[in-house]
Amino acid sequence: MLFQKLNPGTGQPLYLQLMQQIQHAAETGILRDGDQLPGIRTLATELIVSPNTVVKAYSELEHSGHLELRQGSGAFVKTARRTRHLADRVQLARRRFRDLIDRLREDDLRDQEIQRAFEAELLAAVEASGKR
Amino acid sequence: MSESFAIRTNDLTKSYRQFVAVDSLHLAVPKNRITAFLGPNGAGKSTTIKMLLGMIRPTGGNATILGHRISSPSENCRLRQRVAYVAEDKPLYGFMTVEQLIRFTRRFYSDWQIDQEQRLLAEYRLPLPKKVRSLSKGMRTKLALLLAFARRPELLILDEPSEGLDPVGIEHLLRMLVSQAAEGVTVFFSSHQLAEVERVADQVCILNHGRLGLNARIDELHQSYRRIDVVFETTPSERELAVPGIERIRSNGRQMTVLASRNADQIIRRARDLSAVSVEVSPVPLRDIFLETVKED
Repeated sequence: MLFQKLNPGTGQPLYLQLMQQIQHAAETGILRDGDQLPGIRTLATELIVSPNTVVKAYSELEHSGHLELRQGSGAFVKTARRTRHLADRVQLARRRFRDLIDRLREDDLRDQEIQRAFEAELLAAVEASGKR
Repeated sequence: MSESFAIRTNDLTKSYRQFVAVDSLHLAVPKNRITAFLGPNGAGKSTTIKMLLGMIRPTGGNATILGHRISSPSENCRLRQRVAYVAEDKPLYGFMTVEQLIRFTRRFYSDWQIDQEQRLLAEYRLPLPKKVRSLSKGMRTKLALLLAFARRPELLILDEPSEGLDPVGIEHLLRMLVSQAAEGVTVFFSSHQLAEVERVADQVCILNHGRLGLNARIDELHQSYRRIDVVFETTPSERELAVPGIERIRSNGRQMTVLASRNADQIIRRARDLSAVSVEVSPVPLRDIFLETVKED
């Protein structure tokens, strides 16, 4: 897969951005089950980020079942049936978001305002459910 | 205890008569990470680094680098073999040619990698027969970087390494830092380029007036700092919003902007309790965190 440069200006941790790129590639079929990802050093120098950023992204993805890390031979993509279901659900969620965004734009809200309101609500929801 | 830290200082102090350049500094730089050393001009970054390398003597406190005490001359000699250093002003022997200086330096270090030296010479396009004193600032920086990167140290200390480099040179430097780190080298570098730091560093230490203002993982800063813009129905007093984690409040009538270092969710809830009509949350870039840490009250 072609990796995009990570953007430090967004305030979102770089390892999360990298995780999202890989997950997105797995969901859209750019990455298939069993595909090998670049080594830590290769990817860190390509993206010019700390190797620890790549290590953290890979190990979090292993933890969530999206990657398999094999000692000495690298990281391999795992698309279990559950993730495929997840991919469908994400597709559905995206369609819903698109509809909602269209309606909010019709209400004359700007994209930045929509984004901030969304983040505030998400944070409030996290707080309400008492978990991260 | 010093095992997980490459650098550890304890009450480290340097004063010049009345002026305290470094003030009871407690610094702990973890191994196997890239740590950025930030601070405004005159904050004491270079003084700290020079004390760590035994180039100037502290007036108080002590420190260890890779377990070696900096106060001991014999240990200082050993640690110089395990640490590579690129100085701020890149002091190099001006009377030597580039080739002579490389050959001269090479002999001091058993960890010298000739293939790396050759690769960097080609990449940096350094003119071998030219006298060092006649090099441009950028070329001098590249030469100093080559002398450090051609070794395989355990710890790499760089004092404003990107100074004088063009964007291509900076990109190359950052790639080198990352690639060294991937080989297990601990990197500690000072910089004013916050955008670069935000990309490659795992950890930031911010020095202000010789004291440590902040020492944290960048990921954690990104996850905990938030800017919260609130619009209230009626003007509340700032005191009503007293929640731990609020670093600063700017208000103008019914409008309030809060910079929070933590507890963003609690602050949002409190704002809602105070009948906020609008609450907007946005992430905080490292630049703003830096400016907040070093601001003069």
